[in-house]
Amino acid sequence: MNLLLRLWRSSLGKKYVMALTGAALVVFLVGHLVGNLQVFGAPDLINQYAHFLKSKPLLLWGARLGLLATVGLHIAAAFTLLSLNRSARPVAYATGGAYAATSRSRYMAVSGSVILAFIVYHLLHFTALNPAVNGVGDFTKLTTDLHGETVPDVYAMMILGFNVWWVAAFYLIAQALLFMHLSHGLAAMFQSLGLRNHVWWPRVQLLARVVSVALFLGYASIPLGILAGIGSRYAADARARAHLAAAPSSAATVLAVGPASAGKEVVR
Amino acid sequence: MKVKLKVWRQKNRTSAGEFKTYESPELNPNMSFLEMLDVLNEQLAVRGEEPVAFDHDCREGICGTCSLVIDGKPHGPHRGVATCQTYMRSFKDGDEVVIEPFRAAAFPLVKDLVVDRQAFDRIQQAGGYISVRTGSAPDANSIPVPKEDSDLAMDAAQCIGCGACVAACKNASAMLFVAAKVGHLGLLPQGQPERYKRVKAMVEQMDTEGFGACTVTGSCEAVCPKSISLDFIARLNRDYAVALLKGDPKKAASGGA
Repeated sequence: MNLLLRLWRSSLGKKYVMALTGAALVVFLVGHLVGNLQVFGAPDLINQYAHFLKSKPLLLWGARLGLLATVGLHIAAAFTLLSLNRSARPVAYATGGAYAATSRSRYMAVSGSVILAFIVYHLLHFTALNPAVNGVGDFTKLTTDLHGETVPDVYAMMILGFNVWWVAAFYLIAQALLFMHLSHGLAAMFQSLGLRNHVWWPRVQLLARVVSVALFLGYASIPLGILAGIGSRYAADARARAHLAAAPSSAATVLAVGPASAGKEVVR
Repeated sequence: MKVKLKVWRQKNRTSAGEFKTYESPELNPNMSFLEMLDVLNEQLAVRGEEPVAFDHDCREGICGTCSLVIDGKPHGPHRGVATCQTYMRSFKDGDEVVIEPFRAAAFPLVKDLVVDRQAFDRIQQAGGYISVRTGSAPDANSIPVPKEDSDLAMDAAQCIGCGACVAACKNASAMLFVAAKVGHLGLLPQGQPERYKRVKAMVEQMDTEGFGACTVTGSCEAVCPKSISLDFIARLNRDYAVALLKGDPKKAASGGA
């Protein structure tokens, strides 16, 4: 107990907590991506995967609570460190300060906050299936037949969900900020844990760049692939069967007018 | 050459400060930055104005007394150079030069550009030393030290404790300073007996003084007049983690007899 208290009370100890929880979350991000990339297969593939996860409630809830605790610790450490850092420089420089620091390292709290807002939305969107936030309707009505069993149609849910342009846009923004967050955080976690010397630092930086780019491309490919028309026919059938209203703008219209004019709709 | 100086003026810790703009007198480009301030102060004294207070001592880059944030960078425009070794030829005729004090809660302002850096002394007193019996000098090479270790220890030992790392860091973190001191002694055999006690004591003192935490932005390394590497911060993190895991040493009941 003494060790944990000492860890939490020291600024270095909190950085260890940041680094270790960050590392655990990166492992989750890789696993979550691999699971979700199954959307590029046949509809049954991801539906079966989702059904498998749901059929192991102990494992599922264990993972969920573990993740929640990890995210909670990461945020609690970040928040206390942020207030420490703020109070350490009460008077700002007229000339900016933070010489030679990269912007991704300076705005970790900003990128982190947007990612947190995204996590809340993402859970409401695809976990709680809250119809008020998805722009489509009641996702629980989407069901399909899997080996004679009626299961939630996760495939149709993803396709219909990302065919709403503002949902896809928010996901892409969050993914870009996650990329920014990780391209600094992944390397910094090695530094915080002391796993660095002059030989390993360039390799650690390369690893951070490769992993953050790979995660970004992987995650962004899902909304982009769906906007490009993947599974649109299947989803249209599923929508008709579940009697859901048509999305504000279907994949076809978004693609036809392009993302630039999609932005203009908001202005109008 | 002449420059326009925008200088932070503040009478004392409790009064409000502000920037004041001065036209420098005609300068020799080979004057040091501090000599330029001397010349400005001479002019202010003649005019009956209060001279600008600034820290300086050896003026040859080894004492760590000079400070100043010049145009947003502690110790001026160059890498690996202290303010006292910065020359006016590094600026152009007619440039506006903004001069601010080091800003950190742990470095309270004394006057104008002078800040109190005793927090560093207190960190040193907490553990930045080795306990040995003094006496006649020991034989050279009686304790073997690998060349690589002594080189690295000397890199860390170059730290002059000026506080530029704190001034540059967006979090006003003193990690590079503490890392240099811990790394310097921790790399040498003479520093081993107190290695883990030292790192705990110095880090705890650093936290007590109100410095921020390290977010690995690399500003400190970029402004350090002695170019001390971020590698030493990793070494500090490693030593502190080991020290925490080891726990405090057990007190022998018999007092070690």
